[in-house]
Amino acid sequence: MSMEPPADLEAEIDALISRYPHPRSAVLMVLHALQERFGFISPDALEWTARKLGLQPINVWELVTFYPMFRQQPQGRFHLKLCRTLGCALAGSHELHAHLCGKLGLDPRAQGPQTTPDGMFTIEFVECLAACDAAPVMMCNDALHERVSLKRAEAIVDECQLAARHGFEP
Amino acid sequence: MAREQLLILKHAREPDYTPDLECYLRHGGYATLKRALALPARTLADGRVQSAPEQLRQEIMVSGLRGRGGAGFSCGLKWSFVDRKSGKPIYLICNADESEPGTFKDRQILHRDPHQLLEGMILACYANGVHLAYIYIRGEFVAGAKLLQRALAEAKAAHFLGSNILDSGYDLEIHVHRGAGAYICGEETGLIESLEGKRPYPRIKPPYFPAVLGLYQCPTIVNNVETLCAVLHIAAMGGSQYAKLGTPNNTGTRLASLSGHVRRPGCYEIEVGKVTLRDLIFDPALGGGLRDGRQLKAVIPGGVSSKVFKAGERVTLKRKTADGKETEQQVDMLDLPYDFDSLIAAGSMSGSGAIIVLDDTADLVAALANISEFFAHESCGQCTPCREGSLWMAKILRRLTSGQGRPADADDLKHIADQIPGGRTICAFGEACSWPVQSFVAKFREDFLARGAANEARRGGGGETHEMKIAATAGV
Ligand SMILES: Cc1cc2nc3c(=O)[nH]c(=O)nc-3n(C[C@H](O)[C@H](O)[C@H](O)COP(=O)(O)O)c2cc1C
Ligand code: SF4
Ligand code: FES
Repeated sequence: MSMEPPADLEAEIDALISRYPHPRSAVLMVLHALQERFGFISPDALEWTARKLGLQPINVWELVTFYPMFRQQPQGRFHLKLCRTLGCALAGSHELHAHLCGKLGLDPRAQGPQTTPDGMFTIEFVECLAACDAAPVMMCNDALHERVSLKRAEAIVDECQLAARHGFEP
Repeated sequence: MAREQLLILKHAREPDYTPDLECYLRHGGYATLKRALALPARTLADGRVQSAPEQLRQEIMVSGLRGRGGAGFSCGLKWSFVDRKSGKPIYLICNADESEPGTFKDRQILHRDPHQLLEGMILACYANGVHLAYIYIRGEFVAGAKLLQRALAEAKAAHFLGSNILDSGYDLEIHVHRGAGAYICGEETGLIESLEGKRPYPRIKPPYFPAVLGLYQCPTIVNNVETLCAVLHIAAMGGSQYAKLGTPNNTGTRLASLSGHVRRPGCYEIEVGKVTLRDLIFDPALGGGLRDGRQLKAVIPGGVSSKVFKAGERVTLKRKTADGKETEQQVDMLDLPYDFDSLIAAGSMSGSGAIIVLDDTADLVAALANISEFFAHESCGQCTPCREGSLWMAKILRRLTSGQGRPADADDLKHIADQIPGGRTICAFGEACSWPVQSFVAKFREDFLARGAANEARRGGGGETHEMKIAATAGV
């Protein structure tokens, strides 16, 4: 199997590789670039990365399986990452998680990321996001939301749904 | 009244301060770098000639600066260990992984004042003959990485970076490198492995001291974001002037991240050791005290890795008087000056400067369960005591918080935690995961025993109750 990323992405990746004296060092940055474009790291993308950097696929696979931010399956269009760690737990992040799961029809007791059947939302608990003064916090894709009340969380989900319907970024 | 002393956060606190180069320059940015690059060599009394980089390194030594990343190690000493004779390139890495739970100080700098970090970093690189450096930023700081990227481009366009910086003949490239959500990448040798494109398994020391065998087996300096900002201020004001801030052996200012059950959680910049834990938590200008009607229960003084203090706990305060004599006295833990040495002498540490306050509404068994869950998730898995121990502790605590515990769990937790630290593991994560367990269970033993007994009584009395089911789903 083969995968050739579009020329602009490959140019971006070549620029990333040139930042390091050894191409292998670029692997995390390359994986980020691929995931940003395709939403997850497919077996093809993994093998392409290995070829590109002169590595064995296992050298890349062992990273994709180790680092929590890399995904091997497509995720929801909106990825909600709720902080689970102490500061946010004290401020009610578990209630927030349960509430959002309820709203999205997902299981609050399930381990790991869960995606809604329509592929719209993925919800996941993550560790301290270094914003504990604004607990509880939640990321929606790349944006960090602070002091997220139940109401605010619902509004964020509604905004995402609206954005998806009208084809713009929330 | 305790006061903040703003050095690093000075501009970041101004409401109309923006993170772009123009704003930084308007506030006197890069003037220190210009001066340092133009600094002539000087001849010492004994006839030795000291280059500008050597002078800078000496200022850092004189300043007494201690690393702000967690270990509090002398920055000047760290730099002095760098192998400058190997003929290999020397690398510098800024540790912007900020993942010790409770810590959110580096974020303030990265988001509000990235050029301050860059100027400090360029100075540190110049002082150490570094020509290629990286900023390792945690993957979740997406916005921070973009801001840094922009700041780097601006600095390069303005000739503060790149080849022949400001016509000084000095070349330096700095790149942003993003992590991908693993806490262990904050440990400096794990970070180096990660930057080499491998799993972030920490390396064993010796022989892998970064100063000698770091990135690509070359001499490497790893410094925290805040440490590198302090370098800038030391270069600006001089080491001896900087050393007048703070207290002896605990000099300068420091960012404290205050969170949990306080009225005014936030990041406060204080002179090291001039402010007590009590000030930090209760002073109206700082934490502002607890919420109405609440009582203090516990304080985690240096990130979740540090040993907890119980409200009312008496600890030993060691002080050096002006004539060098050591005095010892017993004080309430709240009266500890917030510095490196006092907290260590009192049996804990100031670590990454993260203070988490727990009032009487907190369930300490659940709090420890939450902390242990973090460590079980983040252990890299290389060392058996850490990999197995962190999981066992989390499992025992999970069952205590879900109604399946027993009174003997307290002793089991202690027994496991006692067998992890003390040089049995490759990195200090082993200590980090056992210290909270050891201290919580020792200081709040009755809470753990009572929870185990209550679990058992309820199980005896007809199986899982509704409350237990709720507790099991809530996790905390
Ligand atoms: C498990 C573990 C996690 C760490 N995480 C961080 C971190 O997120 N940021 C940081 O600056 N230092 C972290 N450190 C400390 C680094 O290993 C290193 O001491 C520090 O970056 C050195 O910088 P400094 O001397 O300027 O403090 C961690 C250490 C350990 C053992
Ligand atoms: S102590 Fe834990 S985190 Fe550190 S190297 Fe060993 S297993 Fe990994
Ligand atoms: S505990 Fe949630 S951001 Fe730190």
